[in-house]
Amino acid sequence: MEYDVVIGLEIHVQLKTRTKMFTAAPYHYGAEPNTLTDAVVLGLPGTLPVLNHAAIEACAKLGLMLGCEIAEVCKWDRKNYFYPDSPKNYQLTQNEEPLCLGGRVEIELPGPSRNVQGEHRTVRLNRIHLEEDPGKLSHEAFDTVIDFNRAGVPLAEIVTEPDLHSSEEAVAFLNALIQLIHYAGVSDCDMEKGQLRCDANVSLKPAGSEQLGTRTEMKNLNSISNVRAAIEYEIARQADLLDAGESITQETRRWNAEKGTSSSLRSKEEAHDYRYFPDPDLMPVRLVRARVAEMEAGLPERPFDKQRRFQEELGLPYTITSVLCPDPELSAFFEAALAVHHAPKAIANYIANDLLRELSASAAHGESALSITDCPLTPAHIAELAKLIEAGVITKQIGKEVFAAMYASGELPAAIVEKEGLEQSDNSDEVETLCREAIAGNAKAVAQFKEGNDKALNALKGPVMKATKGQANPATLDAILRKLIESEG
Amino acid sequence: MPELYHQTIAELSAALEAGSLSSVALTEAVIARTAAVEAKVQAFIHYDAEDALTQARASDERRAAGKALGPLEGIPLGIKDILAVEGQPLRCASKILDNFVSPYDATVIAKLRAAGAVLWGRLNMDEFAMGSSTENSAYVTTANPWDLERIPGGSSGGSAAALAAGEAIATIGTDTGGSIRQPAALCGVVGMKPTYGLVSRYGLVAFASSLDQAGPMSRTVEDAAILLQAMLGKDPLDSTSIAMPEVPDFRAELKTRKGPWKLGVPREFLAEGIDPEVKANIEAAIDWYRQQGSEIVDISLPHTHLSVPVYYIIATAEASSNLARFDGVRYGHRSAEANDALSLFTKSRGEGFGDEVKRRIILGTYVLSSGYYDAYYLRAQKVRTLIRRDFETAFEQVDAILSPTSPTPAFKRGERSDDPLAMYLSDIYTIAVNLAGLPALSLPSGLTSEGLPIGLQVIGKAFGEADLFAVAHAFEQAHDYHRQVAAI
Repeated sequence: MEYDVVIGLEIHVQLKTRTKMFTAAPYHYGAEPNTLTDAVVLGLPGTLPVLNHAAIEACAKLGLMLGCEIAEVCKWDRKNYFYPDSPKNYQLTQNEEPLCLGGRVEIELPGPSRNVQGEHRTVRLNRIHLEEDPGKLSHEAFDTVIDFNRAGVPLAEIVTEPDLHSSEEAVAFLNALIQLIHYAGVSDCDMEKGQLRCDANVSLKPAGSEQLGTRTEMKNLNSISNVRAAIEYEIARQADLLDAGESITQETRRWNAEKGTSSSLRSKEEAHDYRYFPDPDLMPVRLVRARVAEMEAGLPERPFDKQRRFQEELGLPYTITSVLCPDPELSAFFEAALAVHHAPKAIANYIANDLLRELSASAAHGESALSITDCPLTPAHIAELAKLIEAGVITKQIGKEVFAAMYASGELPAAIVEKEGLEQSDNSDEVETLCREAIAGNAKAVAQFKEGNDKALNALKGPVMKATKGQANPATLDAILRKLIESEG
Repeated sequence: MPELYHQTIAELSAALEAGSLSSVALTEAVIARTAAVEAKVQAFIHYDAEDALTQARASDERRAAGKALGPLEGIPLGIKDILAVEGQPLRCASKILDNFVSPYDATVIAKLRAAGAVLWGRLNMDEFAMGSSTENSAYVTTANPWDLERIPGGSSGGSAAALAAGEAIATIGTDTGGSIRQPAALCGVVGMKPTYGLVSRYGLVAFASSLDQAGPMSRTVEDAAILLQAMLGKDPLDSTSIAMPEVPDFRAELKTRKGPWKLGVPREFLAEGIDPEVKANIEAAIDWYRQQGSEIVDISLPHTHLSVPVYYIIATAEASSNLARFDGVRYGHRSAEANDALSLFTKSRGEGFGDEVKRRIILGTYVLSSGYYDAYYLRAQKVRTLIRRDFETAFEQVDAILSPTSPTPAFKRGERSDDPLAMYLSDIYTIAVNLAGLPALSLPSGLTSEGLPIGLQVIGKAFGEADLFAVAHAFEQAHDYHRQVAAI
């Protein structure tokens, strides 16, 4: 039987604040266990939470970036459940009155091939609310140990509407979301470090049916490939059950990445009653409209908007914009170079091809490519290089050499050109002498040219270029060769 | 002159300042008195004489160096076992915190230290402040110094009894539904609950967060004013604490605010269920105010009869969540029988909590449960708003409200232990004040024919502490009830 797939995602994103959400304890990934705690984090008797307003600002910025409405007032609720990683055995969260309402994320579905832009569509968000991260349990041979470093880190929970219909769409959504979060600068979204975690709600219904099917919730998806695999597994599992005439049990399932299977964690009947109620220790937060307007005005351009602008206004191809735009730092580097010298295509090519290749090559073996922030070059390096080529000071071919030299030394291109004497030769006498030698040495090519084969001229250009080490001006060279062959009659 | 340990902060600080008394001598007198009577009273769960004397010596040295800190310099204050004092046990009279030592000072404790106080001991209480007799302590049973067969009230029973027995010069209690005022009334001392938010709750182990306030217990209204002045203030560590727009000098205002006042008497509070002797005593106190020229206004607080049920929904709901952190994972009692996460929780909590605490956790869990939340918790919050409005309406006509603090004098030990509802009614006059967030004070207003203290409750407007103190001070100074001492 044919089914329509309905998927909704819940994404937890750790917000990058200097201190935790309700206390001054700092947080950074990878510290010794239980070193980033204090009396509040550990829920010692008598301690109280105090709101870190930086978490509100970061979440509001995220919400604005995702097109949410920022609530006039948001409030804090307690979600009560016993679990050893939860220091107070309740989690401070926003159940009734979240900070961000609604919202939408533009996504790009996979195109027919890598080099071709795919279809765009919009995924609606339900809300974004703030809550505190619990600690982290590690199961050892005979014990379970707890690290409370992570406890109290601000988490933004992004809840989508059930607008996704395949694992590809879910992956496309996550990619778009991560780009937006990077642009907003509120999280690094490193899934391996738990900075972004995804739960997926999946249900199936007969194709064309209005009635939603019973859904399951998949927990513990800590990489994009797990999200894809878990959703595909769940779609197949539910389809098999429905095909066999069985019903779907509403339940929470846990994905096992190693086995590539999922198993039931708890059924609806076993679901927690969280006994939400308003937290009496924290005051409601009023979002000053002027501040929200100020934040909105200061938002960065969204990556797909940037891509459209690059394509439409700068005439850059998809193959280039799809490299530049997902990364806020790379696109900012590009635009900074553009501000120095407006040569969009040349600069974009240098960044998307040469620079990224060098960054990748400079990374230690087995490490991922260096990021643009580790780059030894400034935007001015690239802009000046493009300018030298455009002005005819050096050829494109010499440009490659200059690029390699400046990447290695960090020197500006003009200095390298001068030091190495790489200016395009304007000595047409020398070029003419070389051309005569070339014509004398390759009668066959001369004959072919005379018969109308224009490309045969390249065979004559080669030795001249080689002899001048590429410094001959290609246009000059072309003209001299034609003139000499014609004068031969 | 009464014995040193029965004198007031005002008297003793004058003597300390004059150099006729040292903090060490005063502290030694308190320690000696405690040693003499504690076997009978059992007000303390823990005390450390050497630690107190070290603080007293430091106080004397500061004073000698001309660096006396403030009005509490050198005064030994007893602290209820629910307020965190760095390096001292913090058990809330519960087995579940049997081994817990606080690594930090509550804000109110830090303020008392900054005013020069000598912090003296951990005072007994009902476990996690849940009770009205201090019989719910997991450690000791405190006696009422006026009649050792009787309870001292609760939950700050240790704080009231220690003060009445001369085991401290003043004490600090906490009040969620009457836990300062009711034991103060039953032990013949002054007990004051500030406006919600005036005193920081940071370091006060939460029972019901929207109701809890720490406050002073003392021999006189003047002493309570001195203590509150040192305790109050907006705290960056407590989001619910509030800065008073202009903080009056409470002690100085006692002398300038002389009335006459418009005083409200809620007719619902003197209607039924009140002991006839208590009723007569309070009516006599009201008459005294009338004779002094104050206008007595008959007022109605029509929703206050719902205070007890509303309180036992809101307070238990908050408590069920507040007490969830006591699980044996990070600190406190951990069951030796536990073999997995669930049994670690259930066994540690089952062994660690007493019956009354369990009863309230179960009740609070129930009222927050899915399907019951709207009918109980949400509805109780709506009624709470009505109760608050009752007081707002009343305070449009009057400067303060007079009532009994407790419907009865101290009852006998064990008398209500098996009847939680009867016990809950001990706080019928005090609970509405917490629900409305108002300040109130209980002061001695006489003795019953059996020689048991009776307390008069004065309720003030929000942040109207200065008037509240003045109204109470006027009555106190015209009588000598505060000078009567329990004979032990």
